[in-house]
Amino acid sequence: MSDTAPTTADARKLAQDARDRVRFEEEALELSDQVYRVARRLVGSREEAEDLVQQTYERAFRSWRQYTPGTNLRAWLLRILTNLNIDRGRRQQRTPQTTSIDSNEAGDYFLYNKLESQVSDENPDEERVLERLSQDSIVEALADVPHDFRDVIVLVDIGEFSYADAAQILDIPIGTVMSRLHRGRRILKKNLADGAVTG
Amino acid sequence: MDWCEKCEELMQPFLDGTLSDDEVATAQRHLDECSWCAKRYHFEERLRHYVRIAVSEPMSPDLKARLAALRTPLDA
Repeated sequence: MSDTAPTTADARKLAQDARDRVRFEEEALELSDQVYRVARRLVGSREEAEDLVQQTYERAFRSWRQYTPGTNLRAWLLRILTNLNIDRGRRQQRTPQTTSIDSNEAGDYFLYNKLESQVSDENPDEERVLERLSQDSIVEALADVPHDFRDVIVLVDIGEFSYADAAQILDIPIGTVMSRLHRGRRILKKNLADGAVTG
Repeated sequence: MDWCEKCEELMQPFLDGTLSDDEVATAQRHLDECSWCAKRYHFEERLRHYVRIAVSEPMSPDLKARLAALRTPLDA
């Protein structure tokens, strides 16, 4: 064995390391659209979402070795993003702090019943009823859901994360994810019903 | 008991696929004969889809470029 062997091995390891890093960065960047979509609804403004996503990628690229290959990279990125968001103290929260949750809740049929009553047809189909809701009204209604509930809706219903992933990202038990999701959707629908105006 | 009320209670877990087989059967039996509830279940499915689309805002090309610039240079 020549005495250059360890150096060659080191060089090989270094090259492998660089390749792993490049692959990690490429894979993370491929997910950036999806990460942004979730981030945009976790915070109040586009600027805040952009800052948050940029900081998330800066931190992810710095600590890429902590990611375990083969695990859910999108969830790993969202975990970083959520922690950063909490560190920022959730500034510029739109959620009115005075809102009582109970007063914002109604049954799961409440929204449909309200919208259907606004359609002039005798027995309208579901699409006609759904058309009562504008895109803006949905964005508003979601933004007005208190953040504990909104976070779960955004991760599960918008980001399509599993309950287990959402639980890990938010560092709460799965049962809490499910109960917040159910209550959160009811709050969202109540907000939509309150925002739906006749005409 | 009021079956429509029971069905309303079961709607979210039914659509999430988290009910027990017995509960699914209970809800399904009612839905098969109650178009009033079936309509509301269908609306909920459509609403979830619609909400997902409605709140989707694409990332700006500017941010995309800024993120790409964070990559480690290849010659580093």
